[in-house]
Amino acid sequence: MALARSTAEIAALPPVIDKSEGYWASVWRRLRRDKVAIIAGLVVLALILMAIFAPYIAPADPLSGRITRRLRPIGTEGFPLGTDELGRDMLSRLIHGARMSLLMGVTPVIIAFGLGSTIGIVAGYLGGWFNTIAMRTIDIFYAFPSVLLAVALSGALGAGLTNALVSLSVVFIPPIARVAEAVTTQVRNRDYVEAARASGAPGFTIVRVHVLGNVLGPIFVYATSLISVSMILASGLSFLGLGVRPPEPEWGLMLNTLRTVIYSQPWVAALPGLMIFITSISFNLLSDGLRSAMDVKQ
Amino acid sequence: MSSALISPLDRGGPAQPLLTVRGLVKHFAVKGSVFGAKAVVRAVDGVDFEILKGETLGVVGESGCGKSTTARLLMHLIAPDAGTLIFDGEPVGTGGLAMREFRRQVQMVFQDSYASLNPRLTVEASIAFGPQVHGIATRAAIDRAHGLLDRVGLDPSRFASRYPHELSGGQRQRVNIARALALQPRLLILDEAVSALDKSVEAQVLNLLLDLKEEFGLTYLFISHDLNVVRFMSDRVAVMYLGKVAEIGPSETVFDKAAHPYSAALTRSMPSMDPDNRTEEAPIAGDPPNPINPPSGCRFHTRCTFAEAPCSATPPTLAAVGIGHKVSCLMHEPGSGHSKAAAS
Amino acid sequence: MLVYLTKRILYTIPIVLGVSLVCFLLVHLAPGDPLVSVLPPDASEDLKQQLLVIYGFDRPYWEQFLRWVGRALQGDLGYSIASGRSVTTEVLRAVGNTLILASVATVIGFFFGLLFGFVGGYFRDSWIDKTASALAVVGVSVPHYWLGMVLVIIFSSQLNWLPPTGAGPGASSDWQPDWAHIRHLILPAVTMSVIPMGIIARTIRALVADILSQDFVQALRAKGMGELGVFLHIVKNAAPTALAVMGLQLGYLLGGSILIETVFAWPGTGFLLNAAIFQRDLPLLQGTILVLALFFVLLNLIVDLVQSLLDPRIQRS
Repeated sequence: MALARSTAEIAALPPVIDKSEGYWASVWRRLRRDKVAIIAGLVVLALILMAIFAPYIAPADPLSGRITRRLRPIGTEGFPLGTDELGRDMLSRLIHGARMSLLMGVTPVIIAFGLGSTIGIVAGYLGGWFNTIAMRTIDIFYAFPSVLLAVALSGALGAGLTNALVSLSVVFIPPIARVAEAVTTQVRNRDYVEAARASGAPGFTIVRVHVLGNVLGPIFVYATSLISVSMILASGLSFLGLGVRPPEPEWGLMLNTLRTVIYSQPWVAALPGLMIFITSISFNLLSDGLRSAMDVKQ
Repeated sequence: MSSALISPLDRGGPAQPLLTVRGLVKHFAVKGSVFGAKAVVRAVDGVDFEILKGETLGVVGESGCGKSTTARLLMHLIAPDAGTLIFDGEPVGTGGLAMREFRRQVQMVFQDSYASLNPRLTVEASIAFGPQVHGIATRAAIDRAHGLLDRVGLDPSRFASRYPHELSGGQRQRVNIARALALQPRLLILDEAVSALDKSVEAQVLNLLLDLKEEFGLTYLFISHDLNVVRFMSDRVAVMYLGKVAEIGPSETVFDKAAHPYSAALTRSMPSMDPDNRTEEAPIAGDPPNPINPPSGCRFHTRCTFAEAPCSATPPTLAAVGIGHKVSCLMHEPGSGHSKAAAS
Repeated sequence: MLVYLTKRILYTIPIVLGVSLVCFLLVHLAPGDPLVSVLPPDASEDLKQQLLVIYGFDRPYWEQFLRWVGRALQGDLGYSIASGRSVTTEVLRAVGNTLILASVATVIGFFFGLLFGFVGGYFRDSWIDKTASALAVVGVSVPHYWLGMVLVIIFSSQLNWLPPTGAGPGASSDWQPDWAHIRHLILPAVTMSVIPMGIIARTIRALVADILSQDFVQALRAKGMGELGVFLHIVKNAAPTALAVMGLQLGYLLGGSILIETVFAWPGTGFLLNAAIFQRDLPLLQGTILVLALFFVLLNLIVDLVQSLLDPRIQRS
């Protein structure tokens, strides 16, 4: 309390914060110091750039191959990562595969983030019977292990990109809605929300000004932690033949078709899985870093 | 009592109570068993009192006696099960006085200075939120926020764009006071508003509250468990016990000549400044009874040294024993059957 | 206590009903005719109608659902469209194989997860902790179907130590506790154990670090208790959570074994599910999913009950 201090005391005070730092600015400042998270973030960035600029980076056409040059080992002249069972350039296919694999891994989480957080925030803020119905329904989907639910849904819907995306979105809506409901219920009972209600503000305004800003951050971090799982599951569906169809370059599908050649070119066959692994672990580490950068009391 | 300025919103003149509370009841359901046999906590169980214009009414009592629930009921943050509120002659929530307008005229400062400020909003945005909700343009609302910051002793040029975590507890509570004043209320409810502060900071904030009251012609409902603070702040005091008002009256009367055995015990428990005048025995034994099954008759009879047979049978009524002094005790009810009561 | 137990058990009933409804609806979610896989392409309209009546597909949905639930309660999950055999028999045989795989994987994963978790939490921020944490992150990030392939490449194709696929010699699908069958179990079980290992290691590390920072540990040390005694106290406090995580992981592995079973051609529920999907054998798909989901619900229930018995604080939350 600076009011009653003498001039000498005031002079000895630490310098006044001239420019207050917003919440996200302070998160970014802490994240920048986390070396592991930054490296993981750079890898994710590189993968995204690779997906966007695939046609310019890839040395060859990912779809055309010649059977006469099939299954060349890693390090072959002209084919640095070898060729696949149809003689297509592995490097080009891996680069192009980033497009479909990232799309399939990230899209369901984005959809589930939108729908799940809407359900959770509304249920958490309203409480009462709406909350009960919404959360009990979600409990039912929780009673399925995620892999089983994804496989069951896309198995019933049939193979294909859209069906795989729908199934994975359904898998991730319940966990996101649960987290959203939990944090919203917490925030709803804070005194500042009570104070806003006491000022006569309508519910929608309170949610927009006082609730969203405080719940979207934690829900977002949780959602990013699901991208890694989603990548593995999405490629897993393709691996089972439930995702995209050949000859589309997609890492899970490539892993599936190369499974037959693990005795002749084992290390070429393992490459698509390595890409899934690198992507998944990078998202995981980035999400961990983001969480600890955001999880600071005061 | 500070002289109340005549507010342009004033209707009934200084003699009409600002807020009259009649028969306020709130029971909370607690889940007891599987098959729905619900128990209820009688948090507030028939509370009557009035707040006069320009006064400070203190409310004291042990934790769990219903002080904070009463405050939240007055703010309509939770819906009462029964009871009426009459604000300056108009029943609240009817055609006479819409809830929105009532809310603008009654504001509240909470105990936890950190939890009651949105951590993602700057100080000025938090203060300006209320006026904006009530249709004041952003620029004007921010200007009002700066004016209030200055008024509560925080230099707007230094504090307006800070976030709550960059302030001390005392500074945050000043912001909360400014936020409550931003709607230009007539009644300010202070629910343990200084209880979490350091003693030195507490004194500064109390003095600030006294100044603000004078300047804006405010009326305070001052809730605290700290008897010394309540005595310092209040013109009148209400003592609550297990969801009911045990005694209400002028501050000096309640603190020096308490009529209810509970108030008397509470005030005796205040540490004395005089070392020769120390309290020797514990004034009240044990914890308050469970509010799920409050004692029959007078709720205090289980801990009262004067309890007699009628006390466990007949609930006392809150009745006048002096000018502006009411007490709810059979000893003061003529014909109640208590040996200390006058015959009827 | 009794109230909590009763409540928890009663709460399972609507979940089981909901799960059955979802399994039932799965079939009607499927595009196209449910009979497509049994009908010859040139089937007459008459034959089609007859079959619809035999399978009950002509009745209203709610009636089909009630009949299906009613029969399921008696252990009858219908007949596989592709093989004509009872779904219950097929599923139960497959569940046995999956259960063996998942249990062994859980035990391996639990052992290493506990080891890494305890060491990491105990020697916080040491190099051991960092290595253990890194292994845990790898465990939860690795696509396990790929890990399975890599293990096959190393131990079957390159070193020729272990068989790459199947549950036993000569495509045997009945598991027996002999060395030939155990050899077949090693690779899929190790692959599968990586998932619970990572999760258990993470949970235990956080738990141990949390317990170590609590006041009562300081008090124990102040009392002069040796490190072994302190360690036993930590084990006692961490045990309920560890057991709960282990139970849930077993449930996840049972339901999520399809990818690993596909890689190793393991004749379990995942393999069955795979066959059901690609032959569009809807009764088999429905039945398998229902059994797996009910297993998961049951495991959840058992975990909650056991945990509340071990740790009386749980029921209050």
